[in-house]
Amino acid sequence: MKDMSDIGTGPLLRVEGLAKFYGARVGCEGVAFDLYPGEVMGIVGESGSGKTTLLNCLAGHLAPDEGQVLFDRAGQLVDTVTMSEPERRMLSRTDWAFVHQHAHEGLRMNVSAGGNVGERLMGLGARHYGTIREQAVDWLGRVEIAEDRVDDRPTAFSGGMRQRLQIARNLVTGPRLVFMDEPTGGLDVSVQARLLDLLRGLVREMGLSAIIVTHDLAVVRLLADRLMVMKSGQVVETGLTDQVLDDPQHEYTQLLVSSVLQV
Amino acid sequence: MSEYNFAYLDEQTKRMIRRALLKALAIPGYQVPFASREMPMPYGWGTGGVQISAAILVPEDRFKVIDQGADDTTNAVSIRRFFEKVAEVETTEKTAEATVIQTRHRIPERDLTEGQVLVYQVPIPEPLRFLEPSEVETRKMHALEEYGLMHVKLYEDIARHGEIATSYAYPVKVEGRYVMDPSPIPKFDNPKLEMAGIQLFGAGREQRIYAIPPHTQVVSLDFEDYPFQRMKAPQCCDLCGAGESYLDEVITDDAGGRMYVCSDTDFCRERREAGHVGALGVAEDAA
Amino acid sequence: MKQEQGRTMISVQDVSKTFTLHNQGAAVIPVMEGASLQVAAGECVALVGASGSGKSTLMRMIYGNYLSASGRIMVGDVDVASAEPREILRLRREVLGYVSQFLRVVPRVPTLDVVAEPLLAVGVGPDEARERAADLLGRLNIPERLWGLSPTTFSGGEQQRVNIARGFARQYPAMLLDEPTASLDAANREQVMQLIEEAKARGAAIVGIFHDVEARDRVCDRAVDVTGFTPAKVA
Repeated sequence: MKDMSDIGTGPLLRVEGLAKFYGARVGCEGVAFDLYPGEVMGIVGESGSGKTTLLNCLAGHLAPDEGQVLFDRAGQLVDTVTMSEPERRMLSRTDWAFVHQHAHEGLRMNVSAGGNVGERLMGLGARHYGTIREQAVDWLGRVEIAEDRVDDRPTAFSGGMRQRLQIARNLVTGPRLVFMDEPTGGLDVSVQARLLDLLRGLVREMGLSAIIVTHDLAVVRLLADRLMVMKSGQVVETGLTDQVLDDPQHEYTQLLVSSVLQV
Repeated sequence: MSEYNFAYLDEQTKRMIRRALLKALAIPGYQVPFASREMPMPYGWGTGGVQISAAILVPEDRFKVIDQGADDTTNAVSIRRFFEKVAEVETTEKTAEATVIQTRHRIPERDLTEGQVLVYQVPIPEPLRFLEPSEVETRKMHALEEYGLMHVKLYEDIARHGEIATSYAYPVKVEGRYVMDPSPIPKFDNPKLEMAGIQLFGAGREQRIYAIPPHTQVVSLDFEDYPFQRMKAPQCCDLCGAGESYLDEVITDDAGGRMYVCSDTDFCRERREAGHVGALGVAEDAA
Repeated sequence: MKQEQGRTMISVQDVSKTFTLHNQGAAVIPVMEGASLQVAAGECVALVGASGSGKSTLMRMIYGNYLSASGRIMVGDVDVASAEPREILRLRREVLGYVSQFLRVVPRVPTLDVVAEPLLAVGVGPDEARERAADLLGRLNIPERLWGLSPTTFSGGEQQRVNIARGFARQYPAMLLDEPTASLDAANREQVMQLIEEAKARGAAIVGIFHDVEARDRVCDRAVDVTGFTPAKVA
């Protein structure tokens, strides 16, 4: 049995005093947490609660106004907010991945599935067509897309397939941290389940850490180890996912949990 | 002639273009923005090349213009006449004798020598645009040398056609740094981008100038298992018999008749004058 | 992973719990006070008391599913009442198993994989994990033709047995069992009894809620009445 112990090793990501303001309006404020290797953290809250702003600040898509986003590189925590843009872009092509809610934002719609998956490899210097294609086919298989679709463009794919393709495209370079913005949003319930199962398996097999923004509490219950609840740009509650959902402490979390229709 | 300044453009504009040219030569393959002027011809007719030629021509120059290798097509003729009129420079059809050659879509067959300048007309200077429409993003990609996308284009070619089917405007990497669109020259011409002459590229509508200084390394992008291949029709020129020149296919009748001729008209003429005769050609002295 | 018999594995020390219902006028409801409990390795302790007296609440607190207002809940060397989420996650992965009354799974995942998951989570190879899962499903009389289907489509009794198989897939040193024999027929009930006895024999410390008195008497070494932990106001 392999040693799954993560206690004793340092965090993969450490966020301190993160804030983003839109003029006088607060995007998010005072956000601080540690994320350890292999952990999946959910960020929940209603529209406008600042969860997407926070995710974009963490992933380097938005420049925060205050605070640090420290990422582990070879045992050293490096501030990704102040690092040079080339370094940050390199990080987002190697150690980081970002799965958009709308697959078309994360895919090149006029490029074949194989080309979409292969892009990150080619970006890192892969120059052997056969090897790139082989890896693309392998990854399509892992996200349950048949090999004979490798040359089809995502425009010919269903919503669920596109989302799986986006995941393959992101994970092909073996990132350590994946940011996901409503990864199951807009998909049919049955397609969602398939995607959730797939994500769980990949997270486990690859030892991925992930930060998932969603408003769907059922999704976080199944995917996330930990939960962060946001309201009006502030983190109002954090904890183990099942604990936050079953024994919510904050007024807003209690409202959120009690508003969910039970199935 | 007193109506026009020498070579049509005013001296301030020429100075601005020359500064852009110097910068472009200093950073091979880098696209330098410049304030493209209205020219007395529509965009797409070589206004970028014309502005560069206007900025570098001096009265002592001998000027040659080719369009797809030919000196006698409309575009080439009208640009040559334009400069005959506004710059009163000597013009020629002979590659060897020209000091400045403006070209559309070809590099002359004859190797250019030191002191010669080749000016390209460029429709779309950005090689990454095919896959990334955002100019902000492509400039960043150039700045950070993020060129994976260029190979995605070649990957798509192989996936769809079984080989790199891009046959013109084939992307190159200049001096190990900038990826560049060599304008829509056939990829047959790509190896000639490493030359003794100076190469200047002008895109009028897109307001970009870039350059390759003499003897600069220019590598055509490819894959290890799908290496770059020069490509031409397997035939020989039907007029001069040349087997190594780039050929145009000419339809000769409505019954499927066709012939292959050198796209470089000056090269073909020179060979015929030297006594070479192709399958359908007529010996010069008999003519 | 045989445990040393007799060593205290689970220790609940003076634990209290309140619920604050913000959306009902911030009503504060004390539900537990002064709860204490020790369970040694190899021991099975039954929580008893009337419905609503807090048996499930206490069990959920031991699992870290409910927060504690005060006190300590030691499981092995981790204080669940104050541990970081990731320490609790590791505890659940490696030390503390829980058979709840409800099966909560991703729809579409085959039953065999649902049962094998706790093993996969600690790095057991897929073949070995599925073999163990198949063994347990067989023992609990889930027909093999159902193993490839998602348990979400199963009957209540079948789901309960899948849940038990999943709970016993790993040989946890500590286990929490919430009504493991409810809605089972005699044959399956006997299998669950045997699973509990085997777990005890290898040194697992078990806390259980059993309404089935016969089952409780057979596997439990003693009973703790949680009524004693109920705050006076509520009682």
